Amino acid sequence: MGGYGDVQMIDDKGLRMDGRGPGDLREITIETGVVPVADGSCRMTWGTNEAIVAVYGPMEAHPRKIQRQDRAVLDVHYNMAPFSTTDRMRPGFNRRSREISKVTKDALESVVLLELYPRSKIRISIEIISAEAGTRCVGLTAASVALADAGIPMTDMVVSVASGKINDVVVCDLNKEEDNYGEADLPMGILPNSGDLVFLQMDGDLSQEEFKQAWNYNMEASNAVHKQMIEALKGDANQ
Amino acid sequence: MREKNEAGEPRDNGRDQLLVIPGEDLGDSQGLEPGHGVMEVNGRIKALKQGMMRKNGSYISVEPIHTRYFPRPSDLVIGYIEGCTNNIWFVDIGAPFNAILPMSLGPGKAEFGGTRSIMDVGDAILCRVQEVEETHSSVVTMKGMGLRKIRSGTIEELDPHLLGRLIGKGGDSLRRLKEATQCRIVVADNGRMWVDGDLSGILKVRDKVQSLSNNPAVQKGGRN
Repeated sequence: MGGYGDVQMIDDKGLRMDGRGPGDLREITIETGVVPVADGSCRMTWGTNEAIVAVYGPMEAHPRKIQRQDRAVLDVHYNMAPFSTTDRMRPGFNRRSREISKVTKDALESVVLLELYPRSKIRISIEIISAEAGTRCVGLTAASVALADAGIPMTDMVVSVASGKINDVVVCDLNKEEDNYGEADLPMGILPNSGDLVFLQMDGDLSQEEFKQAWNYNMEASNAVHKQMIEALKGDANQ
Repeated sequence: MREKNEAGEPRDNGRDQLLVIPGEDLGDSQGLEPGHGVMEVNGRIKALKQGMMRKNGSYISVEPIHTRYFPRPSDLVIGYIEGCTNNIWFVDIGAPFNAILPMSLGPGKAEFGGTRSIMDVGDAILCRVQEVEETHSSVVTMKGMGLRKIRSGTIEELDPHLLGRLIGKGGDSLRRLKEATQCRIVVADNGRMWVDGDLSGILKVRDKVQSLSNNPAVQKGGRN
């Protein structure tokens, strides 16, 4: 949130800078099986965001001190490529990537049946190839698809969508300018079949009504994204 | 969300019903016995894995598209030596955990500390699962007929759930494959198979394995 509230990002007709309405999502494509050596993988593009996720395991957890006797552990690594943004990112982990790795792990832990694989580890590598706002949502959603592709048992998929506020208007799926100069951002992780929430963050300020509106946008958008996840996972077997 | 019919039930006809993804509602659990890859939640059957839904009488299950091997006692497996101590080898059998092969169950005797003189890291072995503990740790043995270090041929890999298709009813498919390729083939329960013979025969077996893995009826992924 840059806090530059005077930047005009929505016109009189209610259209945003990229021509979308307030509740519209950017274009999404999902592809599975993109990393042949991985047990499961997914490439997801969301607007100009692009993420590749690879899942390995369940495998023996090393070092041994991370093993849990009653369940598996998720080892999530979120990383942005140095070329993923217009300003070169310094390679390696930083405070932000550690935070996103942790919230992604926490969200996925609520759906993966970890107790079936005691003492083992499931490694999830999320690489952001191109970043334009909302990469944590792309990473989490793609990780969920990659886990399903790897045959890891899950009670539901996780769909992550963000809504926010620009020029005092609540909009769905912020792009880079809206994210930088908008007033608030509300990313959520939703289980589409049950409607349960497994992840929520908020940046900036939203009134109660605005929060409800952003919540509704996210819930509606999660259904649309979930449909695309189903199509990608089922592939052309249904055609 | 899933499309539903007028009665509010998930559609139960058409091919798209066969392939399911995690979290998908498979209908009312009344009179159904949940099997592999499904669970009952609040009176509904829910898929846990991506795969083909199978309904056999009252038994409902999901045959997953991707699986990982889980060891069971007496399974014949092909493993790779991943490490060793003075009297134990650690064997990668394709399961979530490495198996242990103690010197006493190994192919030969050596002085304490001489494990690497018998089998070194990277060697492939044909062994049998002797014991699986509650914590999923497993012990393998090389004491038994045909169990040995693999010194020739190649090792191909297949998802364990596809082995039935490779072997066929009563071993018919595998027998035909052996006759057609003139290769020696040992299919292990962990999805690995040892193939030894002429190069052309090995390539034919490899083609067969790849065609099984890429068969649209059992393996699907794609893009939207």
